[in-house]
Parts: sequence; C-alpha cells; structure tokens
Amino acid sequence: MSKKIAETKIEAKDLSVYYGAKQALHHISLSLLEREVTAFIGPSGCGKSTFLRSINRMNDLVPTARVTGNLSIDDVNIYDKSVDVVELRKRVGMVFQKSTPFPKSVYDNVAFGPRLNGITDRAELDRIVEESLINAALFNEVKDRLDASAMGLSGGQQQRLCIARAVAVNPSILLMDEPCSALDPISTAKVEELILELKKKYTIVIVTHNMQQAARVSEYTAFFYMGHLVEYDKTRKIFTNPSKKETEDYVTGRFG
Amino acid sequence: MEQATTPASPEQHSFIRKTNNIGERIIERGIRIIGGVAVVLIFLILLFVLREALPLLTGAFSQPKTAHGATTSSAAGDRTLKPEVYNPDVILSEQQAPEEFTPEVYNLDVSVPVTITANTTTTKEPDEGDHITLSNILGTIWQPVSTMPKFGIMPLVIGTAKTTFVAIFIGAPLGILAALYAAFFAPRRLREIMKPMVEILAGFPSVVIGFFCLLYVGSALQSLFGFQYRLNAFVGGIGLAIAVIPIVFTITEDALSAVPKSLLEASLAMGATQWESAYKVMLPAAFPGVFAAVLLGIGRAFGETMIALMATGNAAMVSASIGDPVRTFSATIGAEMGEVIWGSAHYSILFFLGVLLFVVSFTLNAVTELFIKERLAKKLQGG
Repeated sequence: MSKKIAETKIEAKDLSVYYGAKQALHHISLSLLEREVTAFIGPSGCGKSTFLRSINRMNDLVPTARVTGNLSIDDVNIYDKSVDVVELRKRVGMVFQKSTPFPKSVYDNVAFGPRLNGITDRAELDRIVEESLINAALFNEVKDRLDASAMGLSGGQQQRLCIARAVAVNPSILLMDEPCSALDPISTAKVEELILELKKKYTIVIVTHNMQQAARVSEYTAFFYMGHLVEYDKTRKIFTNPSKKETEDYVTGRFG
Repeated sequence: MEQATTPASPEQHSFIRKTNNIGERIIERGIRIIGGVAVVLIFLILLFVLREALPLLTGAFSQPKTAHGATTSSAAGDRTLKPEVYNPDVILSEQQAPEEFTPEVYNLDVSVPVTITANTTTTKEPDEGDHITLSNILGTIWQPVSTMPKFGIMPLVIGTAKTTFVAIFIGAPLGILAALYAAFFAPRRLREIMKPMVEILAGFPSVVIGFFCLLYVGSALQSLFGFQYRLNAFVGGIGLAIAVIPIVFTITEDALSAVPKSLLEASLAMGATQWESAYKVMLPAAFPGVFAAVLLGIGRAFGETMIALMATGNAAMVSASIGDPVRTFSATIGAEMGEVIWGSAHYSILFFLGVLLFVVSFTLNAVTELFIKERLAKKLQGG
C-alpha cells in the first residue's frame, strides 16, 4: 500500500473550533500524511470544511471564530502567536468550491501569487505560469489565450486555473473544498486526474460530497459527523469495512 | 416537444386565460403613466432650455441692426427680437462706466430707436456690437452687461475646468480610499456608522458647504499657501470636493461590496495581505463601478452651482493659476439669470451655457454607461 515511509504533515491535537457560542468542531485529533490525498467526507454542516479552513487559518476571517487546541504543520503550531498568517497561506494553497478566477487575464491570474512574492522578472514569470498551467493540465487549452480574460474560460477550465494559481506559489499543502461540485463529469474527471498527478508533489486534503470521488482519489478518508471525527482510516477500509456504524450508514447512502 | 403541446379541451385551458384583475391593471397603468410623465417632463425641460438658447444657435442675434452689417437676416420674420440698448446719452458721456451707474433702458418700441442707437454704437466701434458672433462667444472676456457686451465664454470654460479638476483630483482619491477602508478594513461597527454618515453628507445643503468654504476654508488656505485672493479656484475646488467625496465614496463602496466575497477569500488564501487583496483584486474587479463613481463625481463638480458661486471668487478671468478667482458655467447662470433681460442676447447665452452643461453631463453619463457595459461584457464573457 504505502510506497514510502509516510511522514505526518499536518497534525491536529484536540482541535476545537467555535463560531460564537456554537461549537463547530469537537476535540479533533488526527494526523495527515505527507504527499497523500486525504478526503474529508460527511453530511453538510458536519465540520469538514471548518477543519479544512483551519489548516490555512481562513477561519480567522470569521469575526466570531475561536480555535482551541493544537494544529501543527511540519511540527509547527500554526495557531502560535508568532506565526505569520500570510506566510502560512502562501505555503498552504486552497481551491474553493466555486471557482474564483480573478477578473484578470489567464496569465495575470497565475502570476498573481508569484508577483505577491516579489517576482517581477518577466521571463521568470513566464516560466512559472507555463509550468503551473502544465501542472494543472490546462496549458494546451489556454496557451493561445493567456492574455484573454479568465472569465471567458469554461467552468472546468476556471477551476483548473484556480489550481494552477494555487500551485504557482509552490505550496507544500493543497486544500480543496469540494473542487468538483460545480463541474460536469468530464471536467470532474480531469480535475481528479490532476489530483492524482499533484499528489506526487503536494499533500492534498479534499472535502467532497461525492463518495465515488473520495474512493477514487484518496488514500485516506476521514468521516466527520456533527462536528466530531467519527472515523479516520485508509479509504479502502472506510468504504469496504468501516468500524463504526455511522460511517457505514453514511457511505452506503442510508443517511446524509 | 411538438407532441407535448397537443391541444387540450377548452376547460383544461381555462387557467391560461388572463385573470381580469382590475385593481392590478389600474396600478399597472398608473405606474406606466407616471413613468411616462417623468420622461416627458425631462424632455420638455430639455426642449425649453434648447428653445431659449436657440436664437443664439440659429444666429438670430448676429442679425445686423444697422444697414452696413454684413451678417444674415434670415430669422428676421420668425421672432421679433428686442435687443437691449443703453441710453444713448449715457453712452456718449460715460463710455466705460460701471454697470451700476448705467441705467438700462429697455426699448419697447423696436422699430425706430433701435436703428438710431445701434447706429450710434456701430459708429463708435464697428467690430463689436451687442450682437453675438462666434468670435464674440469664443472671446476671453465675459462682460454680458455693459455698453458693449462681451460674451466670451472662455473664462467660464477655464474656470469650470479648473474647479472641476481640483475637485476631482482631491475628491476621487479620497472617496475611493475611504470606500476601500470602509469595505475591507473598518471594523463592522465603524462601517455601519461611517456609511450612513457619508451618505448624509451627500445630501448636505450645498449652500452650507459653500458658506463654510467662504468663511473658513478661504482664509485657512490663504494663510497656508499665500494666495493673492482669498476666494479662488482652489478654494472652490475644495468645496466641490466636499460635495464630490460622498458620491464617489457611496458608489465605489457599493461597487466594492458587490464584488463576490469569494474573490477576497481566494486572494487571501493565496497569501495576499488584506491591502493587497483590496488593491490588486477587489478594486480592479469593481473598476466599472469605480469609474462610474468618478464620472458622476465629475458631473456633480461640473454642475454644482451654489458652492461654485460662493467659494470661487466669481471673477471671470483667463488664468492658468489655481490661485486666481474663477467663475463657472453654473455659477454664471445662477448669478445672472435672475437679473437678465427676458429674451435678450444675454438671456439666450445663459441658456446656451445651460445647453453646454447639459451636453457635458449627458456625454459623461453616456460614456459611463457605454464604458461600463463594455467593460462588464468583456469581463463576464471574456474578451
């Protein structure tokens, strides 16, 4: 199964997240392995997205959000006071459910991150943009329209553009929040292929409502329910022989 | 699809028939009529302004009042124009007397005296009559009430341009930055207070702003920059900026808030700071709205009357310095329309200024509209 000695990349210890008085995550402890795809599944509102968004501290944007416990990346607690959130987010890329290309050209979208990092050399930017688009399996489709608006791309292309934009800054972790939920099956297949390709380089965490997708792309699966981590195991085990009754009910479609 | 819509029996179709709701019909009609009235009213106002300026445009005032005048007399029959004429005695005795000391005598009887007095005038200065020619309009002296009225609108054009530039160069950046602050940086409580406050400022009586500038801003700026004149284009521009800022702020803020929050999140998730996200992602995304805000701001600065009247010093002079007093289009109309002689050349040229104001505002709005449509279309469909 495991081709190398997997190292823990992200580790949560007793992580709880509150939105105001409401507790969205209850004492989550789990370790995600480096260069693996981990899928988070569970019914809506179960806390899987909340957990995902605590990994790059996007929850900080919610004024009422409060986090207790520990979440470390490469053994550094990212909720430590000394952590620079901006730097953290440069290392933890994120792809959203709704594709969010900026209303700029395709080129400028991908070059956005590198430019933030102070890269101004045109040749260097060209190289990064091309490489990122190739990595996102989009280059051949857009190579003749790099200067055209990204809003003119199809939904699937836009989503892959967002992936290209995210990998352009060379993050070590890629978070994906239901990246295919707005895409048609063909685009979905392309993105899934891409995920399998990208896991060679990145640690990927994907939230999905699509059981088949979780089964197809992930090595590990975590099942969340009502803000609790119910079960976390190899994907094959979750889908074939889960140890918890709730997990079985959910993955077989009996609820959720 | 054709098969699906096979004709059914009339009873089944009864629900398709329009319900005869009289109340709703009346409301619908009422709304339609009111909408129509609004459009017609605006059109009539435009027509009125155009009609009053028309004698000027058709050249009715360039009619010779003397035998040796070379210009056309085509419109002679259309309308009996009664040119304003000063008392010939006074003209002879006090050639350049200030207007206060020169009683105006309005000639009710057109036929005989006009010819005489006009003759007197033309013999004195053959090139400049009280008639309006293109060279007179494009002249650099605005002296509509005088023995030899001069209707040069150049000082007014320059004055309007100066105050508008000052207003927009101060007002637009401030308005946009304030909107950025309110949309992305201000704590929510502050934002909730800030927005209505600025919007109230948008409805602030301009006479109060004008008074404030007249009394305080003028003196303050004079001691700060050492202007020769207390009231000048810069003071007027500041006053107009006060009127422009709320407009730019409100529309920009609306445009920024209309940009999907997901873009902000995406940008922040890329590791952009709040400022970088606001400036590099949200502001460009809201660009059509921001552009509209600035254009509307220009329109306001351009058309604002009371502040311009009170704070600019109101001297129609040609000068490049923003420290010199100016007079704007709208202030000219505001100041002079009340005392102008009905139907005179002066009267017509004031309406002509009104037409110019309208044309510029209309152009601004049209540009805004077209530009935004185009930009939006480009953005949304990809170009």
